[in-house]
Amino acid sequence: MSVLDMRNVSLTIGGTAILDDISLHLAEGEFVSILGPSGAGKSTIFRLLTGAVLHDSGTITCNGQPLATNQHGFGFMPQRDALMPWRRIIDNLTLGLEVQGIRRKDARAHVTPLLADFGLDGFTDHYPAQLSGGMRQRAALLRTIAQNRPVLLLDEPFGALDALTRTQMQAWFEKRWRTARWTTLLVTHDVREAVALSDRIYVLSRRPARVTAEVHVPAPRPRLGRPVSADAHAIEAQLLEILLNQTGESL
Amino acid sequence: MQFDVPRRSGRGLIRGIPAVLSVVSAFFIWELYVRLSGISPLMLPAPSRVLDQIVLNRALLWDNTVPTLKATFAGFALSLNVAFGLSVVLDFMPRVRRALFPIFVVSQTLPLVAIAPLVVLWFGFDLTPKVLLVALVTFFPMLVALVDGYAATDPEIEDLMRSMGATRCQIFRSARFPSAMPYFFAGLRISITYAVVAAIFAEYVGARAGLGIVILNAKNSFRPDLVLAAVVISSALTLVLFAITALLQRVVLRWRDVEGNR
Repeated sequence: MSVLDMRNVSLTIGGTAILDDISLHLAEGEFVSILGPSGAGKSTIFRLLTGAVLHDSGTITCNGQPLATNQHGFGFMPQRDALMPWRRIIDNLTLGLEVQGIRRKDARAHVTPLLADFGLDGFTDHYPAQLSGGMRQRAALLRTIAQNRPVLLLDEPFGALDALTRTQMQAWFEKRWRTARWTTLLVTHDVREAVALSDRIYVLSRRPARVTAEVHVPAPRPRLGRPVSADAHAIEAQLLEILLNQTGESL
Repeated sequence: MQFDVPRRSGRGLIRGIPAVLSVVSAFFIWELYVRLSGISPLMLPAPSRVLDQIVLNRALLWDNTVPTLKATFAGFALSLNVAFGLSVVLDFMPRVRRALFPIFVVSQTLPLVAIAPLVVLWFGFDLTPKVLLVALVTFFPMLVALVDGYAATDPEIEDLMRSMGATRCQIFRSARFPSAMPYFFAGLRISITYAVVAAIFAEYVGARAGLGIVILNAKNSFRPDLVLAAVVISSALTLVLFAITALLQRVVLRWRDVEGNR
């Protein structure tokens, strides 16, 4: 059964059509990417799922229940890390649990065993400003994971990093994902990233966004840290062509 | 090389040197002018004479500093509570903000010279009118700072908290309020410098005791040296209050120093 199922979802904000008849689904343990040009409305899908905006038509179900009654099935990681600069790392990590009403001591006990895997051991008492971009991103991801939500929503999690750090982070993330198998929906405009991490990829058009292609990535994992396989290469080329063709006319 | 240990206080002291030098030299020039020109102390007393007066009249000055301090603290406490309470109400109810904000702005346009005697007329010669006047003068910078500070919260942090299922109150407490703290301290620093002056002005208009009364009496008996003695005390009070806020800010906004030091 799909953990998440969006059917024929449309959204208009202030007279501008943002999403047009979007249908997508996500199965347990699956890694799915939404790939599209900048400003296509990829992030808006996440805003729908986290309840920041309401869709005009279509249905969204989460584990078979309509979204409205099950609003908080998602662990959301925003584009920039959104760490609170006035909180030490440990208190940033436990924010989600704190919101759920879990006592500070219990929340810390829940997060602490995860620190090592996220390379944050020994940095819990630091403020976010004292951390490198990659570490901040890992902290933001751990804050998302720690909420124990059934689905992760990652909004261009590596977009703000420099190229080298991004490559390192992607490889690190792939390793973590292979052990944990989080059900993940990733928003990105980076073709290589989408192909390297995903089981399936939805390609979105320019605004108003429609799903123009759904591509399976059968290439074996791990895919990062080694030469790109011929399969993956072909898919990258295919995706790039779809994206370039649909944006071509506006150039 | 090791710069770490004495860094903060050491740098602070070195940074303070130009300020101390300029103040000391200003007093020195003043002293020199009075001595060389032979101007009457009834016109312009020398700093040394003002200092002598402080020592001579220390009992009188102390007895009158206490009521001023009381008015300042009570007024400021009231002002802080009103500013915070109002800021919360205004933040949760934007409509109320639009309705009430103009009133607060108007309250800051009232000339104190006209308002102070009226407040004294209405509330008598006791503590109440001073407390009210101190509060009237000091609440606005803090209120504006808080309201602006809440509005400056990173929208991504609020979206994040909403995605976690946070209530409006949780978002306020964990995101909006801490975001406003740097702004609040900027407002607090302005407010605190008005507080003592407002208390003294309120006393000047009508009171039984206080530095304002000392100044009034000294002026009426042609004692500029005593006027200035009271002024020195009043300035010292403001400086101490300012230092306390700076200290408080350093503790509360520790996370900002970390950032600045990078």
